[in-house]
Amino acid sequence: MIIGYAMAQTIIKSTNKQQYKPKLDRQIREKIIELVLFLAASSSVATTIAILYILIKESFLFFQQIPILDFLTGTKWTPLFVNPEYGILPLLSGTLTSSIVALTVAIPLGTIAAIYLSEFASKQVREIVKPALELLAAIPTVVYGYFALLYVTPWLQSFLPKLPGFNLLSAGLVMGLMIMPFISSISEDAMSAVPVGLREGSYAMGATKLQTALKVVFPAAISGISSSYILGTSRAVGETMIVAIAAGLRPNLTWNPLEQAATITAYIVQVSLGDLPHGTIAYETIFAAGLTLVLMTLLLNIIGYFLAKKYREIY
Amino acid sequence: MNQANLTKIRTNLHRRQLINSLFALLGMMIIAIALIILLGLTIKMAIQGYPRITPEFFTSFPSRRASSAGILSAWVGTSLVMLVTALAAIPLGVASGIYLEEYAKKNWIADLIEINVTNLAGVPSIIYGLLALGLFVYQLRLGESILAAGLTLALLILPVVIVTTRESLRAIPNNLREAAYALGASKWQTIWDHILPYSFGSILTGIIIGLSRAIGETAPIITIGALTFIAFLPKPPLSGEFPFISFEWLQAPFTVMPIQMFNWVSRPQAAFEINAAAAGTVLICMTLGINAIAIYLRYQLRKGIKW
Repeated sequence: MIIGYAMAQTIIKSTNKQQYKPKLDRQIREKIIELVLFLAASSSVATTIAILYILIKESFLFFQQIPILDFLTGTKWTPLFVNPEYGILPLLSGTLTSSIVALTVAIPLGTIAAIYLSEFASKQVREIVKPALELLAAIPTVVYGYFALLYVTPWLQSFLPKLPGFNLLSAGLVMGLMIMPFISSISEDAMSAVPVGLREGSYAMGATKLQTALKVVFPAAISGISSSYILGTSRAVGETMIVAIAAGLRPNLTWNPLEQAATITAYIVQVSLGDLPHGTIAYETIFAAGLTLVLMTLLLNIIGYFLAKKYREIY
Repeated sequence: MNQANLTKIRTNLHRRQLINSLFALLGMMIIAIALIILLGLTIKMAIQGYPRITPEFFTSFPSRRASSAGILSAWVGTSLVMLVTALAAIPLGVASGIYLEEYAKKNWIADLIEINVTNLAGVPSIIYGLLALGLFVYQLRLGESILAAGLTLALLILPVVIVTTRESLRAIPNNLREAAYALGASKWQTIWDHILPYSFGSILTGIIIGLSRAIGETAPIITIGALTFIAFLPKPPLSGEFPFISFEWLQAPFTVMPIQMFNWVSRPQAAFEINAAAAGTVLICMTLGINAIAIYLRYQLRKGIKW
């Protein structure tokens, strides 16, 4: 009521001040505004198209010179050497190994933290811990890379003396620590959204909080939780600075996290740091590597979409 | 029910409750350990870098001698890039959010934009760097400049701004819109005079969170070819002579805080590690400070308005 009255006052005042304008004028103005807003909204679609256009265009130039089959099955990645070889497998193995290490840390810890926050913690604890965890996600990744290289690797070397200074393990561990808050935060949201009635039903049957959490709330929230895992995975695959600093920049076909290796993202950084002339094949390699990365994350997103759809519970 | 049964049930109950409490303890410990590890690492870095954090550190250029190197060009570069990012991302993101939430009809175009925004949020940041390298640097010939970097980061944080704008608009109850329409306001008048002012606070929170993410981003800026060693400043935007405002700084080469730190981390000499620690401490203070503002704003707003 009061709001309406105040609005009426302002509208009367403004119409008194201005001259009478025909209705058509106002409609045109509205249409123009809507058009401008629509153009702004389509800018996101334009961004996607631009990303695909740039990646595909430069990769196309690359694949004109290097057969796709060689690219996908080659076991050596030495584009900057005198005798260049362009097999993406070493970069893929580095990317996947570091991601697996990160996810082995982030998924269990993130899930337990989420269950604790949504089912066990009091409201006050949640109010403090949730923003604190979100702050962890705000630490710049270059700082995480510093931690991995200068603090975590020496610490690991104290009981793994053969560990090289650059290795996938410490990069992966620190990356897991970085991804954990994403997983716990999104999973917690999903579990908090489960109706209280389901929990009360479970308690009434004599279940403890843990049993309720694991057997009722977790399955009910599985679509949100699985999408948090997918998001975590695509963060790990696309993470750049931690691996570029701590995992080394030497492409190495290995599945052993105790060795050094380069990831797709680290390779792109390495090439960008040197001054690569536009139009050379070495310049085009980073786009081919980038396209591989985009296809991987796209695949993950699609899997996530279908998982979420398949398991969506309807209350 | 006989006594034996009751005892059995009690033991079972005790066992389950014990597991329950152990799990609660485990959850608490995991969160505590994660926070303590990171706090510990941050403090260790701060202690290591502390001796270098002097006024001279902020006012000198990078140098080959670790002890006299500073972050002047880095923090000036970061501020200018952030300015461009904010100027590009705020209008574009807020306008997209308004369109999607208030105007978009339920049709395939709206769905397409919607799915697209979600997908963009999942694109690795280095891909934005490749986009910027191909599009801004080579196709549009913006060069390896502050303008190109600012626009890149703006595209990167656009999904964050769009999503938070939509959420803020959605939180405004419909009676408010209906009241405005009932008095003859047009759609845009309703949005501009009423909906936007009420949701301003939470939109601002989203923008701040987006910007704090942009400050820490390194990969896309390395990709467009930001230099790691800059010993000069871009021309100031305001000058004493005619025409007073200069846009030359937009085209200037630059470096930013995370790149400066990355450069120091990747040098073998131990003396630069201390510089990296100092730069990292400053960087963390910047992002955490900005995030603290956002969290404070969110807290205040949630307290203030009750619909």
